Amino acid sequence: MGIEVRNLTKSFDNKKIIDNISFKVEEGKILSIVGFSGSGKSTVLKLISGLIEKDSGEIITTGGDVAMVFQYSALFDSLNVFDNISFALQERKDLRKKYTRKELEKIVAEKLELVGLSGIEDKFPSELSGGMQKRVSFARAIVTEPKIILYDEPTAGLDPISSTLIEDYIVRLKNETNAASIVVTHQMSTIRRTADSVLMLYNGKAVFEGSPDELCEQNTEYTKQFVNATIDGPMKMI
Amino acid sequence: MRVDFSNTYTYKIYCLLATQVEDFISTLGIIVTYGIEFLKGLKNFNTTFKEIIEQCSRFGVSSLPITLSIVGMTSIIISMQVAGEMVKQGGGNFVGMLMAILTVREEGAIMAGFAIISMIGSSLASEIATMKVTEQLDAIKVLKVNPVQYLFTPRIIAGTLMMPFVVILASAFGILGGALAANITSDLSYKAYFDSVWFGLSMKDMNVCILKSLSFGFAISLISCSCGMIAKDGAKGVGIATTKAVVWSFVAIVVIDLIFAAAFFY
Repeated sequence: MGIEVRNLTKSFDNKKIIDNISFKVEEGKILSIVGFSGSGKSTVLKLISGLIEKDSGEIITTGGDVAMVFQYSALFDSLNVFDNISFALQERKDLRKKYTRKELEKIVAEKLELVGLSGIEDKFPSELSGGMQKRVSFARAIVTEPKIILYDEPTAGLDPISSTLIEDYIVRLKNETNAASIVVTHQMSTIRRTADSVLMLYNGKAVFEGSPDELCEQNTEYTKQFVNATIDGPMKMI
Repeated sequence: MRVDFSNTYTYKIYCLLATQVEDFISTLGIIVTYGIEFLKGLKNFNTTFKEIIEQCSRFGVSSLPITLSIVGMTSIIISMQVAGEMVKQGGGNFVGMLMAILTVREEGAIMAGFAIISMIGSSLASEIATMKVTEQLDAIKVLKVNPVQYLFTPRIIAGTLMMPFVVILASAFGILGGALAANITSDLSYKAYFDSVWFGLSMKDMNVCILKSLSFGFAISLISCSCGMIAKDGAKGVGIATTKAVVWSFVAIVVIDLIFAAAFFY
């Protein structure tokens, strides 16, 4: 088992943002959470990562670290790529002093190679393109060998070719780490290329759960509206 | 008959005041909470010497030209106004003493504090606020690093240690500025001025000045970091956090100054 979420609920200012949702992601599998902006997708990731507290429900994991890749990378702009990637190994209470400088250099080089960016350790985030920043944030996320990886709109703001590259790396990281992954997205290409299963949220509720093929079959009003990107349908944009 | 007060000016002023009081109490609570968290975190001290030196350089070196200029010029202005009158009244021998007491007890620390708040406090708050709104603080938390320990510790230690250094230099600069102005505008000799300086200053003045500077440094860095942490809503939030840090730091050092004046010189 990778991660199992049961009856998760979260409200802000008496408004239910996540309303009793449940799902399961096995190790080595990718769940894609889709839905309109404001449907509560990113909130699910923040709940799983512990950034916000749940109101009720259960989040059961296999143990180990939960890593998160943020929508706009969230690299530390005052640190270079080496210090960004090795941040947890240098600063975390249980990991600091565990590695020598040489070992850190080796680990960072390995992670950078995994995301196809060898030799950029000395560069600062401002010197990198959006796609490269995203890949560095992938490397930072996997440096502690996490069992669960959360991606918050990993292809947002990227050109189609960079998006494809990022999607390939998501699959590659899944294969390399065997982690259970959750990808929040609203891009069909990301779903088709990466997901093993799909969960669609609307107003904090799960309105579809199935495989990417089932999503594309458009057997429900929700999937039909989402896949065809039409305004008319059960999901209303405010 | 029910009377609706909700559109009256009295009600609106009441609401505005209530909001201000609520904001004051919540900000004070946040600063105290972060202060306690910082102190608790000291037992797991992990800050490297390099990080502290970097922040010391930011506090002590980069702010020094402006701080010295402000304190020096303020002393020149005061000396210009006071020395002439005192010489006329036969009190020329006390100009140095007056300037020394004024500078070491009050002006040096307060003006240096204002300069540090404007330059360093605002920069600390906006740096951390930007990290908050760009999710860098969330990234630190997800990587299981305590952001208060990681960000506050080197900054508060550097701020607390460097402030006395800045204040002592600024006070010395202020006394020198006073001598220069008294000599040029009132023809007071440097010897008469400095003889009076040594006569007027005591060890107690120096000790209180150092203790007060340590408190100023701690308060400015803690308030600035804390205000940065509560930023939200993008660029506007960074601006609000920075303004809040500057205002709260100004108020804090005036209150600390009042406490020191009452405790040691009343």
